Amino acid sequence: MRHRSLLILTSVLTTGALTLTACGSRDEGKGGGDNAGGTTTVVIGVDAPLTGSLSALGQGIKNSVDLAVKTANKDKVVPGVTFKIEALDDQAVPASGQANATKLVGNKDVLGVVGPLNSGVSQQMQGVFAAANLAQVSPANTNPSLSQGDNWGKGEFKRPFKTYFRTAATDVVQGKFAAQYLFRDAGKKKVFVVDDKQTYGAGLAAIFSAEFKRLGGQVVGTDHVTVKETDFSSTADKVKASGADSVYFGGQYPEGGLLSDQIKKTGAKIPVMGGDGIYDPAFISASAEANDGDLATSIGYPVEKLDTAKKFIADYNAAGYKDPYAAYGGYSYDAGWAIIQAVKAVVDANGGKLPSDARAKVTEALGKVSFDGVTGKVSFDEYGDTTNKQLTVYKVQGGKWIDVKSDTFNQ
Amino acid sequence: MHELPQQLANGLALGALYGLIAIGYTMVYGIVQLINFAHGEIFMIGGFGALTTYTALPSGTSLLVAIPLMIVGGAIASVAVATAAERFAYRPLRGAPRLAPLITAIGLSIALQQLVWQFYPDAKKAVSFPEFQGESFQITESLQIQRADAFVLALAPLCMLALGLFVSKSRSGRAMQATAQDPDTAKLMGINTDRIIVMAFAIGAAFAAVAAVAYGVDKGQINFEMGFILGLKAFTAAVLGGIGNIYGAMIGGVVLGIAESLSIAYIEEIPGMQQLGGGAWSNVWAFVLLIVVLLVRPQGLLGERVADRA
Repeated sequence: MRHRSLLILTSVLTTGALTLTACGSRDEGKGGGDNAGGTTTVVIGVDAPLTGSLSALGQGIKNSVDLAVKTANKDKVVPGVTFKIEALDDQAVPASGQANATKLVGNKDVLGVVGPLNSGVSQQMQGVFAAANLAQVSPANTNPSLSQGDNWGKGEFKRPFKTYFRTAATDVVQGKFAAQYLFRDAGKKKVFVVDDKQTYGAGLAAIFSAEFKRLGGQVVGTDHVTVKETDFSSTADKVKASGADSVYFGGQYPEGGLLSDQIKKTGAKIPVMGGDGIYDPAFISASAEANDGDLATSIGYPVEKLDTAKKFIADYNAAGYKDPYAAYGGYSYDAGWAIIQAVKAVVDANGGKLPSDARAKVTEALGKVSFDGVTGKVSFDEYGDTTNKQLTVYKVQGGKWIDVKSDTFNQ
Repeated sequence: MHELPQQLANGLALGALYGLIAIGYTMVYGIVQLINFAHGEIFMIGGFGALTTYTALPSGTSLLVAIPLMIVGGAIASVAVATAAERFAYRPLRGAPRLAPLITAIGLSIALQQLVWQFYPDAKKAVSFPEFQGESFQITESLQIQRADAFVLALAPLCMLALGLFVSKSRSGRAMQATAQDPDTAKLMGINTDRIIVMAFAIGAAFAAVAAVAYGVDKGQINFEMGFILGLKAFTAAVLGGIGNIYGAMIGGVVLGIAESLSIAYIEEIPGMQQLGGGAWSNVWAFVLLIVVLLVRPQGLLGERVADRA
């Protein structure tokens, strides 16, 4: 057949082409700050998945930073400086994040960047920012190697990039906290561990498994799922056949919600537990089946219960954003605010003006910021990690996430 | 191995879904030798059409009443888009080199995705879809069939039967075969080939809408990106069965679905293969299977072009 080779060639080409199009980025429009009459403009970059399946989280990050910037402008926190945000969409794709990082570095008014959401995306962005001395504060990255180096598991801590900071606690804390809750508080002894092979999910699942086994629990089976796939019925049947009394899922809510749903449909009425990647209303709403009993850990105390967050929530609602602040809103506000505080420190030290090497100075100042933020005390340790190690376990009850245990983690 | 019947049932249901979508690839290819890569998006639009229909129904409508209406609503949406695409994107390029309509199809696929993303309320993330409630059917102790799976397993053979009868018995069906065999001669015999081509697009789109409803009630959610991977798998199923062959599409789908399901469950139990099994590897094994079939039997499992043999 003459068409045979063309058929094969075109299918190969098209697969490639379609994959590439997934990396295209869309500009969601820039949410600018109010013009407060300042003479100097400082731009805070935002990089997050503003479209695609994780957009619920990404929009929350963007809006919260926007709110921080508007508040700073309104209250004239740094006299003579007007803040603006430039929000770029990475669609949770590492290559897009890297392209966005290059774009942000190219804009000389950008003195700090909040983002990204995904640890895997951050890996590709860190180097670009470090080369330009531009500070990055992630509100959501939880993979330990980003701040403590690739050998953190062996106890060798080495900060790879001095421009990297985060307001989120790492997966070491989160995975261990989850294992301790599941084993001690929930009394589960046989867990089936599933992850999505991504930097975040696989890392979290590994930390969880190690701690669960150390406590005396049993990992009765493991499997992996592919991101964007939707049929996990074979995996669900393996879970049921294994006789596990619980499932731990390292990954994000689109796959997590479907997995939980499909496990329950097999008749195995056991809870699925995950990290902050599944702690989102969309984990419940995306699947109509009841997720009651499913568990998730998330960093910090529930924002709604913190006195320090009352003003943030009121302001956020008053600003009339279309999307909710979601899981990382408070951390994003604090990340943006940390950059604003660092800029303030630099401007104050330079007689009310920005110095010529503002980026390097801001990075340096970030390491020393300390203030009471939405999520509690905000400051960074020698690795750029947050000093705030509060965590909470949430449970799905009646179609909603309810917090069941909040604690400060100590090894 | 006690879960084998269960895994086979899972694979069969998944495969029937692939097969329903694959019909659209195979019919269009059989008649105009065009790989309509926008077909995955036609499937997706069928899902959103069905959801819109459901939203328009009074709340509390029983799914038994709602589902047939949703299939009709979804089919109207997907058939409208597919025929419009044929008329405005493919027909003007019919005499052009083969690569041109293919590129158009890719462009169309992205455009359709973005349109839904942009204009359908809340479609920027997964939107929930009415789902079958209630217990699954317990066949034996180790085999249960989910309601949604039973739905697709019942519907797929019915659709195939209807299509088979239509192609072999009806006047339009025979005209379709004639057009597939030799469009120029068919035209000389007084067959309106343009109408036949539109019909091929429409039938494929209607099947895709049925598949979309089956997908929706199973997963409880649909999203604007869902046409991509499923479309690719369905295309694979069509090639696997023998592209152009309508029964081949279904066989190809079922073989692919079962292969995926079994690879997740059993490959890691083979000694020395632990690292190559599980959900992470199912796509690898599915495509390895495709390559093997194409090497051994390049025309696909059932051979190409049902019309040549009919």
